[in-house]
Amino acid sequence: MFNRLRGFILVLSVLVFSFPAYGEQISREQIKGLDEQVQEIKSDVLDIAEELNQLEEKLLYPSNTQVAVFVSLDSGETFRLDSMEIQLDGKPVAHHIYTFKELEALQKGGVQRIYTGNILSGDHDLQVTVMGKSQGGADFQKIERFRVNKNVGPKIVEVSLAAESITFKDR
Amino acid sequence: MYRLYVAFIILIFSGSTVTAGSSLPQELKDLYFGEALYYAFQEDWFDAISRLDTELTQHHGLDEPERDTLYYHINHAEFAVGDFELAYRMHQRAGRAITAVIEGNVEEPVRNEAIYRLARIYFQKDQPVNALYAVERISGDVPPHIVNDLNFLRAQILMANERYAEAADILTDLQDAKNLEGFSTYNLGIALIKDGKELEGREYLDLTGRIRSNDKLTLAIKDKSNLVLGSKLLEEKKYENAKQVLDRVRLNGPFSNRALLGSGWADVYQERFERAIVPWNILAAREVTDASVQEAMLAAPYAYGKLNVYSKAAVMYGSALANFDTELNKLDESIKSIREGHFIKALVREELKQDANWVVKLRKIPQTPETYYLLELMAAHDFQESLKNYLDLEQLRKKLDAWEGDLDAFVEIIEQRRAYYQPLLPAIDREFRQLDSQMRLRLEQRDRIEQRLQKMLVVPRPDYLATSTERINLEQIRLLEHRVSSNGTAANERIEARIKRLYGLLHWNIFTEYDDRYTETYLNLLNLNHEVDLLKTRYQAFVRTRQAATQSYEGYDDVIRRQRFRIREALEKVKILMARQGHMLETMAVNELSKRRERLAEYQIKARFAMAESYDRAARAQNQEQESK
Repeated sequence: MFNRLRGFILVLSVLVFSFPAYGEQISREQIKGLDEQVQEIKSDVLDIAEELNQLEEKLLYPSNTQVAVFVSLDSGETFRLDSMEIQLDGKPVAHHIYTFKELEALQKGGVQRIYTGNILSGDHDLQVTVMGKSQGGADFQKIERFRVNKNVGPKIVEVSLAAESITFKDR
Repeated sequence: MYRLYVAFIILIFSGSTVTAGSSLPQELKDLYFGEALYYAFQEDWFDAISRLDTELTQHHGLDEPERDTLYYHINHAEFAVGDFELAYRMHQRAGRAITAVIEGNVEEPVRNEAIYRLARIYFQKDQPVNALYAVERISGDVPPHIVNDLNFLRAQILMANERYAEAADILTDLQDAKNLEGFSTYNLGIALIKDGKELEGREYLDLTGRIRSNDKLTLAIKDKSNLVLGSKLLEEKKYENAKQVLDRVRLNGPFSNRALLGSGWADVYQERFERAIVPWNILAAREVTDASVQEAMLAAPYAYGKLNVYSKAAVMYGSALANFDTELNKLDESIKSIREGHFIKALVREELKQDANWVVKLRKIPQTPETYYLLELMAAHDFQESLKNYLDLEQLRKKLDAWEGDLDAFVEIIEQRRAYYQPLLPAIDREFRQLDSQMRLRLEQRDRIEQRLQKMLVVPRPDYLATSTERINLEQIRLLEHRVSSNGTAANERIEARIKRLYGLLHWNIFTEYDDRYTETYLNLLNLNHEVDLLKTRYQAFVRTRQAATQSYEGYDDVIRRQRFRIREALEKVKILMARQGHMLETMAVNELSKRRERLAEYQIKARFAMAESYDRAARAQNQEQESK
């Protein structure tokens, strides 16, 4: 009995050591064919998304009134950004609470578009409020005010954050 | 443990593609490119691609693209979009994008990097001949940052084409590449073995198995190398060596279960049953859904039986039997639940996607028998890819649904704008036309003044700068002069003299003050220019606003109609593909689980017989013991 059991286990061990087998009733061609169709529909939907992005921008944010506020972290910054609020001419227009993934993306150098809206030509007051934790673990809140001058074209503004400061870059 | 194994498999198949495209330019000049990277860093590939595609389309549509900020990153952006597409498993589109770069007017290093990426796509999609053809087209300057990766890929492609000797030559030169530590040695070992240089190859596998590193991937390849070498030695009945090599595999690594199982067998073959019990007991206490663990549940009591500890063996067989019963029930429940369609529903639970360990979490949720064995299913590459496709399709479905709603909102916005602007615009246009003609008149007057002042620089004309009072006075004096000359009396001489004096006085003022008056007039013109500029700015602002008013509601009907049609069409396709992909996943899952069920059922029968036999032997041993007393 034990010898038979040993033989049985040995056969099984060979099975276990090999890589898992695929489903018998599904061929490689079927998997490949479906994968190609999924790729095609992804491509179609991406094309729709691109056209919708352009339509949305033209319809909702025409260039003569468009303002976009971007947020970036200074290189090498390790403070924890918890949340951020943007006020334009005294009115809160954007508030964002950061997830770990979003913070990591900012730390790697990604840039977040936190607000897109419409303003008239001329000077506007931009207030940035940042809440987070310093490297030492202490809570902090920083508020900075900047002047945004809107001309004919789209206005692009970058707010660059560091543990010590908030920098405004007029693009 | 199994999670690590699955993660390792995922990394091997996709790791290199993800990191390459998501790198950051030295100085980011285009914030929209930075935004695409922000999404890419979060592995939100759809948004990363769609944002970057939009940027690239706008950039290529510009009359002067060199004035656009994306111009500074254009090569990087073209590559990045290809990399994002690869990470989003759109190999066909990524291939087309990269081919476009290769065929474009680009510098040699850029072209070579593009070919490298194309070759990598072919290799990943299991097309080694195409990959080889692509990689052989690389010549001349290669960007320094891809030199090692390119050579490693070249070696892998040669191995896939069974040209092991050439691959081994390349891999030998890569032994010092830090970013390939472990991988270059392991592959060199495999290439040499495949080339018939068994001993030399094993030396490199052994070398890989002894690497000291803190890098997770290097440690995983180290474990894999030890497992491969240990299994080979086990097959060749070199049990002592096999044991030593298998014991080098980390106890918490992705390959530890199989190594522990093999380590036990190496002892058993040497009749060292008491030593085999150690790894098997560790293994038997691990996650019961793993095939190695299930085997260890039978193997450990087998070793106790060999040590004549029948009672312990019987108890362990009993425990294994209970576990197998439970697992069989779970498998039955899983298969039933999958067949009822619950598997697919469980996979798309939104709340689970918030957690990086969602696959592990899914198994632990009660009342979801359909996903007990999900982690084991994830070990198969095809299942993983199919699952990712299904989840991507679900994401597309949600987006398309949301966009249909967006289009409804756009239509409403357009109608509201039309209702607001259309009644207002005719009156505004009328008033504007009047103001426009007045403005043109005034601007013509200003131009005339400017021209006259310019001429006066050459030919001074003091009379042009006489004040209105001086002009009136001059007219009055002329009238007086005319009346005096028509009277013809002697008294008039005195008056004429006075008139001449007055003339003289006026001309004196006009001529002597000419320079000051010219300067003052010129300054006034400058002030006027400033006012004219303001006027023009306001005029242009009005024209733009007026145009924007019309453009805010006109010209969208066709676009929206077309988009609506495309969205509906895409939604239909997505639903059909989801049904097919879901069915494929269910079939794969049921097939795999059925196989496991069959294997467990056999285990169960064997365990039952072995348990009975162990009890018999234990009883016999007890009787013999009592008789001997």
